Amino acid sequence: MSEYGEHDRNGISVGIVQKQFFTFAEPPEELILESGAKLGPITLAYETYGSLNERKDNVVMVFHALSGNSHAAGYYSENDEKPGWWDNMVGPGKGIDTGKYFVICSNIIGSCYGSTGPSSINPKNDRLYALDFPLFTISDIVRTQKALIDHLGIKKLLCLVGGSIGGMQAIEWAVTYPEMVESVIPIASTCKRSALSIGLSEAQRQAIMADPNWKQGNYYGQDPPEKGLALARMIGHISYLSEDSMQRKFGRRLQDNNAFKYDFSTDFEVENYLHYQGKKFVDRFDANSYLYITKASDYYDLEEQKGKGSLTKAFARTSAKYLVISFSSDWLYPTTQSKEMVRAMKKAGLDVSFCEIETDFGHDSFLLAHDQLTKLISGFINRIKHSYAGKS
Amino acid sequence: MRFDLQIIASFVEEKSRMLDLGCGQGNLLEFLKLNKQVEGYGIEIDEDKVIAGIERGLPILRGDINEETQDYADNTFDYVILSQTLQQVYNPENIIKEMLRIGKKGIVSFPCFNHVSIKLQLLFTSKAPVTEELPYEWYDSPNIRVVTLKDFRIFCAKHKIKILKELAISSHHKETTGKIVRFFPNWLARYGIFLLSRS
Repeated sequence: MSEYGEHDRNGISVGIVQKQFFTFAEPPEELILESGAKLGPITLAYETYGSLNERKDNVVMVFHALSGNSHAAGYYSENDEKPGWWDNMVGPGKGIDTGKYFVICSNIIGSCYGSTGPSSINPKNDRLYALDFPLFTISDIVRTQKALIDHLGIKKLLCLVGGSIGGMQAIEWAVTYPEMVESVIPIASTCKRSALSIGLSEAQRQAIMADPNWKQGNYYGQDPPEKGLALARMIGHISYLSEDSMQRKFGRRLQDNNAFKYDFSTDFEVENYLHYQGKKFVDRFDANSYLYITKASDYYDLEEQKGKGSLTKAFARTSAKYLVISFSSDWLYPTTQSKEMVRAMKKAGLDVSFCEIETDFGHDSFLLAHDQLTKLISGFINRIKHSYAGKS
Repeated sequence: MRFDLQIIASFVEEKSRMLDLGCGQGNLLEFLKLNKQVEGYGIEIDEDKVIAGIERGLPILRGDINEETQDYADNTFDYVILSQTLQQVYNPENIIKEMLRIGKKGIVSFPCFNHVSIKLQLLFTSKAPVTEELPYEWYDSPNIRVVTLKDFRIFCAKHKIKILKELAISSHHKETTGKIVRFFPNWLARYGIFLLSRS
């Protein structure tokens, strides 16, 4: 995911918010990960917006993608330059209306925004984990989030919403804790990444690991592998856009001159743009976190892991209602992959809605202010809220 | 609501489960949900209509009706509805077969090509008829199937489809009022509505 947090056009916002922390799995009660490795203690950074009603049945969980964090909406301070990454969707009267719903967003493990990850202290030796941090999966991420939800005393989740890797978490939640989940909105997501997408993921990891500053992950306190991480981000960023949107934004326009320079400095505007995206990213993200999280998303295979080879069987474990959304120009997690999950949900007899949105903004479309997306999400959650109120 | 949809709604039993093929913004779905507590789903290809339908709280899938019906198990629905879409379907035989596979009953409505104005237009002008129900020229019409009430009855007999109910109506396109045509439907009906089942 890219960075799109921009001030709301109408100045509407949840206002000042605060990052909170929850720590659990203290040794010897560590969490046993899917790989068999143990992890503990685990801290999750999280934020909440809106208020929990008395019946605790108005909870909407929002899941971030690769480089996101718990800061989905609002501002940390009055002078904050940018709001949270999904401020256009989460707020009073917005697609996910904080006037009605209690919204929770936590930072995933392995990340670098306050949750335990490779840049955290390893209690075993009081040094930073680096590559001693165990590899984890989407299922592990979800189990840590479950601990947080238990801690908050919440038993029922009205809706789970996530784009990209966030969508994987939302689906995994519904399949793992079916009795808790009322509805799910996977956006631009997939139940398993394609070879093309894993290939891109590996190219990004290799870019980091090929940087001499990476040093097998032991770069903390020294010069980090900035060049490698920036290059990874450049590759990633291209995969979040589309041919049409890049063509429209940059075409073949040259950066400074009207003529080629005939050297390997920057000629084209698009080159300059990607360099800028890369540089901006290294200031805010940890290279090791990038390796771990991309790997977790590559490992994800709902069909194998939860359905013994059948996606329909995997979804048959749930009774949630679904709204699946894809974008026509997304070639990283294309519409065909969303349709595949829709097909399995239908075969499993589930209540599923689906819409492919026509847009040329590619995979990143889910982060952009988008009326169509807002209407779909607000209408769907509203229906779930009413049918749920009728049930309980 | 369109008069033909009101008739269709009268065919549907309360609290049943139904699928509307080509549901548009979900007018029929919403009506049946509110008035008959029907658990209804829709399939629609047009993006804006799908979004409008989901926004008003209806479960709708964006897709092609020929493909989308394939994923459902037999007898998933009590009713599968094809309202004013038959005349635009490339393979009507297949879609009606699918309707009666995934649904216990099917409801089909279509503008019929037997109204007296159509007959007279062809007779006196020698041009392909253009009516309010079928308002296109021969070269730009999405209505690639020309069908009359009698044609449809023959089709059902040939494919061993049972006609449980049949109504001819004379409302105009998009009108909310209309009449059921009991006399000379082969001359006066503008739309035919059939309730079908496997025999």
